[in-house]
Amino acid sequence: MSKEPKVKAVKKKQDPVDIVMSVVTYIVYSFFAFVCVYPFYYIFINTISNNDLSARGKVTFIPIDIHFTNYVNVSNIPSLMDAFRISVSRTVIGTILTVFASAFLGYMFTKETMWHRKLWYRLVVATMYFNAGIIPFFITMKNIGLYNSFWVYILPTVVSPFYIVLCKTFVESVPAELTDAAMLDGAGTIKTFTAVIIPVIKPILATVAIFSAVAQWNSFQDTLLLVSDTKLFTLQFTLYQYINQASSLKALVNSSTSAASLAASLAHAATATSIRMTVTIVVVFPILLVYPIFQRYFVKGIMIGAVKG
Amino acid sequence: MNKKKLRGYREFLYVLPFIILVLIFAYYPLYGWRYAFYDYKPPKTLSECAFTGLKWFHYMIDNDTKRKQLFQVLLNTFGISGLSMLFSWFPMMFAVFLNEIKCKPYQKFVQTVTTLPNFISWVLVYSIAFCVFNSTGVVNTLLQDAGLIDKPVMFLQSSEHVWFKMWLWLTWKNAGWAAIMYIAAITGIDEELIDAAKVDGANRWKTIWHITIPSILPTYFVLLFLNLANFLSNGMEQFFVFQNSFNKNYIQVLDLYVYNLAMGSGGYSLATAIGILKSVVSIVLLCVLNKVSKATRGEGFI
Repeated sequence: MSKEPKVKAVKKKQDPVDIVMSVVTYIVYSFFAFVCVYPFYYIFINTISNNDLSARGKVTFIPIDIHFTNYVNVSNIPSLMDAFRISVSRTVIGTILTVFASAFLGYMFTKETMWHRKLWYRLVVATMYFNAGIIPFFITMKNIGLYNSFWVYILPTVVSPFYIVLCKTFVESVPAELTDAAMLDGAGTIKTFTAVIIPVIKPILATVAIFSAVAQWNSFQDTLLLVSDTKLFTLQFTLYQYINQASSLKALVNSSTSAASLAASLAHAATATSIRMTVTIVVVFPILLVYPIFQRYFVKGIMIGAVKG
Repeated sequence: MNKKKLRGYREFLYVLPFIILVLIFAYYPLYGWRYAFYDYKPPKTLSECAFTGLKWFHYMIDNDTKRKQLFQVLLNTFGISGLSMLFSWFPMMFAVFLNEIKCKPYQKFVQTVTTLPNFISWVLVYSIAFCVFNSTGVVNTLLQDAGLIDKPVMFLQSSEHVWFKMWLWLTWKNAGWAAIMYIAAITGIDEELIDAAKVDGANRWKTIWHITIPSILPTYFVLLFLNLANFLSNGMEQFFVFQNSFNKNYIQVLDLYVYNLAMGSGGYSLATAIGILKSVVSIVLLCVLNKVSKATRGEGFI
């Protein structure tokens, strides 16, 4: 490092290198931000614009002839509503069970009196580093009768080693006096867990809840691999099908709508593009909705994870 | 004393249901590895199928077409993983220069917006890619309006630059998120160190080079080792959703190949055999890297 006098250093605030760098960084990061935001914006404005123009690629930056018929059309597709229900159910049930299991196991694994505690803990944590592979998993699920069952979405993710490690780390930081006092008052293991531990570790539980909710909502591979019953298809899987076969869907939507709307202008009639884009917005919307809340928690989560390695 | 033992058993009983779940969903499928040693044809049960020993392990090397396929698949896996390895400095530099933005709201805005794609599924990424890049998508519209092209370019239905495009999508989805780790590391740098450098007359560029980057390099190495350990596991979702008849040759990574082999053409036993080899190599890689990390940096990463 150069050893120049202090006086000069103070003047260096306007170093030309610094100025050029500032300008370049602002431009580059604006580009990155644009690349990340614009696709969502583009798809959204297309869903509310004139469908005919949209299908011909004429809507790029400003919506034209705003209308909301596409959202009404999409809500009239029965299979999509079923998929929505399945996705919401798996997200709610899966998240509740995963959060409970992570908190409970995180707490129980701090109990040194437990019979062979270390063995069970290692047995759980080891699963972070290996898996049998999708084909043996597929065959096994078939053999135990979970193929085409709703529970195949839930049960495999209930015990998640990473979340357990997160919770355990947090529980260990809870002062022992707190739990000891509860025990002295005659509270058993379960009572201590619900009355003392859960309230204290709430912040980490929020992190776990949000991570597992997003994972459940986004999950696609389990449907692809283990479900062929259309009644159990998730929103993600249905969207995947729609991308590849939106034209047959267009016929479905347009035939199911009443004669009155059939007479409606080309601007509102469903097109392959309009359906594809509208469903995309429907699937991405819940993520956008929870994202701001979410943001507060995930940095915390990733940091604790990083410390633990 | 007996009371304490009793308590230990009771505590074990509380966690037992969860241990059973782990055994069923993580350990029991390992027993499914035996399918690699049979000629398993699904409607039949395993006991009705012939035991074939190591036949499938030989088959993937002895059979000409399979060997060529597998070679291409490995090439794709190495190519795509190699590209991410080659550009693994990107999230770090992204964080470093993002930290240089002095306008905090803007910095926060960029961080928020670039992290968002990490939280949408690959299906959604594909859907977005489709909307933006298909023949009537905005990219083709703008390029045509500008007169740069006459006919729409098929970005997704093409066999060109497949690895690079896959890397781009991966970066679009993950870079902002990956940068968070580095941003946290940068926040942890001692302010006095930076002030001292300024007093010594270092401009921003020099401060970055001599202070910021050396301080976050340990984080970089931990993540690099983790990435290396996952070299063979690109996952299949990204490549599954993006695959089509045009790019199939270059997009099939190991995970996707195993899936296609079993679900597409019924080769369950061969797919399992390949999966086993992949798992074994991955575990060995993980252990070796952990040793290397211990030897060079003084600590492991698992």
